[in-house]
Amino acid sequence: MRGVIAKIFLFIFVFSSFAARAEGVDVKEVVLGHIGDSYDWHITTIGEKHISIPLPVIVRGQDGEWHCFSSGHLHHSHNGHEGFIVAHDGPYAGKLVEVLPDGSHYRPLDFSITKTVAGLFINCIVLVCIVLAVARRYRGDTPTTKAKGGFAGMVEVIVVFVLDEVIKPCIGKNWAKFAPFLLTVFFFILVNNLMGLIPIFPAGSNVTGNITITMVLALSSFIAINAFGSKHYWKDIFWPEVPTWLKVPVPLMPVIEFVGIFTKPFSLMIRLFANIMAGHAVILILTCIVFATAEMGAAINASMSVVAVFLAIFMNCLELMVAFLQAFVFTMLTSVFIGFAQMEGEHAEHTEHTEK
Amino acid sequence: MGLLQPEMGLLFWMCLAFGIVLFVLCKWGFPVIVKSIEERRKYIDSSIEAAQQAEEKLRKITETSQALIESAEAQKQQILRDIAKERERIVSEAKEKAEKEGARIIAEAKRAAEVEREDILRDARNQISTIAIAICERLLRGELADKEKQTKLAERLLDELENNNTGN
Repeated sequence: MRGVIAKIFLFIFVFSSFAARAEGVDVKEVVLGHIGDSYDWHITTIGEKHISIPLPVIVRGQDGEWHCFSSGHLHHSHNGHEGFIVAHDGPYAGKLVEVLPDGSHYRPLDFSITKTVAGLFINCIVLVCIVLAVARRYRGDTPTTKAKGGFAGMVEVIVVFVLDEVIKPCIGKNWAKFAPFLLTVFFFILVNNLMGLIPIFPAGSNVTGNITITMVLALSSFIAINAFGSKHYWKDIFWPEVPTWLKVPVPLMPVIEFVGIFTKPFSLMIRLFANIMAGHAVILILTCIVFATAEMGAAINASMSVVAVFLAIFMNCLELMVAFLQAFVFTMLTSVFIGFAQMEGEHAEHTEHTEK
Repeated sequence: MGLLQPEMGLLFWMCLAFGIVLFVLCKWGFPVIVKSIEERRKYIDSSIEAAQQAEEKLRKITETSQALIESAEAQKQQILRDIAKERERIVSEAKEKAEKEGARIIAEAKRAAEVEREDILRDARNQISTIAIAICERLLRGELADKEKQTKLAERLLDELENNNTGN
């Protein structure tokens, strides 16, 4: 163990002295560049050479024509490819724009497979492969079949945990109807979170730390909550059990309750996005300390590097927990909201009031 | 604020990807796993219940068999006691019978011996009297040769008879 730690220290010293020769790093650009989206999948930069995987660009120009080309072309020519460039500043900074004849920028309909989209696809494929592979081992099981071991057993442990700790207690008797959806959401978030923590291609894209992704997830929760809401649930929103003057003539409580329908999924969206995005940002910033302190001399750089690396290790461990925790929280809150929407009659009122 | 702005393209691809993933997993993925897990859980629960019932049954059976063994033991003791009593009875009965029989045999033997003795006595008496008579005859024959002696004897006999009669 001591030997390992000594080796890590040595490596950090050597590496930081190497990094000290690098130019000053724009931490903000590095962090935002990673957290945000891009048209190619940047892997590393050696000297002046950027190593990145080009991704397909699919855009619909102003003339209504579809353009489809590799993002590699965007870098090769200064004027862009087929009239499209990545804007450096302005309202569309970092986005693909079409340069019109008069020199102004037009933002086309952009269905490009960006880094996030590519990461999303890869993660989806990983997720589907995992779950279908596990499900295949369960196909044709009779009740007397023994419990699975290995990978299927591991997935089963998580499934049973989510079923028993989240879905069943939160939803109640209708749990079976929502279980596949909630499990899908849970594993989708979990896989995307964990893949985001692996730093290099094909993992490492910041998928669940993107507001669009969490928005769709929250939207699906919104539909799952409200599309199957009971009569009691809707009555409780538009005619809640409060003193009448709170409802008539100014429908104060109904309005609050109605807004609540939307704020619940909205909070889900923001929570997941902010947690994952912040996690990525913190790890990146800690890593950037190594390079940002390069100009301050070898001693400071080396000591700060050691601190930064250990902090980054700590943060990565923390993020592992957060990855699971956020998937858990998202699933649990969705289950709780679905459970509220599924309640009926006296029992529902009683439980809801105690919850509040 | 670029981070907080949903992207049209990404939105489209996410809807598509998530929709497909949701469809695939909700159709071929999780229902299979959940069903299998739930069935196994139910089976385990029912197995535990069955095991409990079996245990209960076994306990009852053990109790019954214990009771059976105990009652059998009691019966055995009873039987043994009965047998002992019976044996004693039989033995005493046999003894009694044997005693009676012995007594009877002895009595019979005594009677037979008595009869025999009487027979022998009678026989002996007969013979003795015969012999006596014969002897008397001989004696008398010798005695009666002379007249005086005859008279003396006759007188003496008469005396004797008289004595006998007075004696009686």
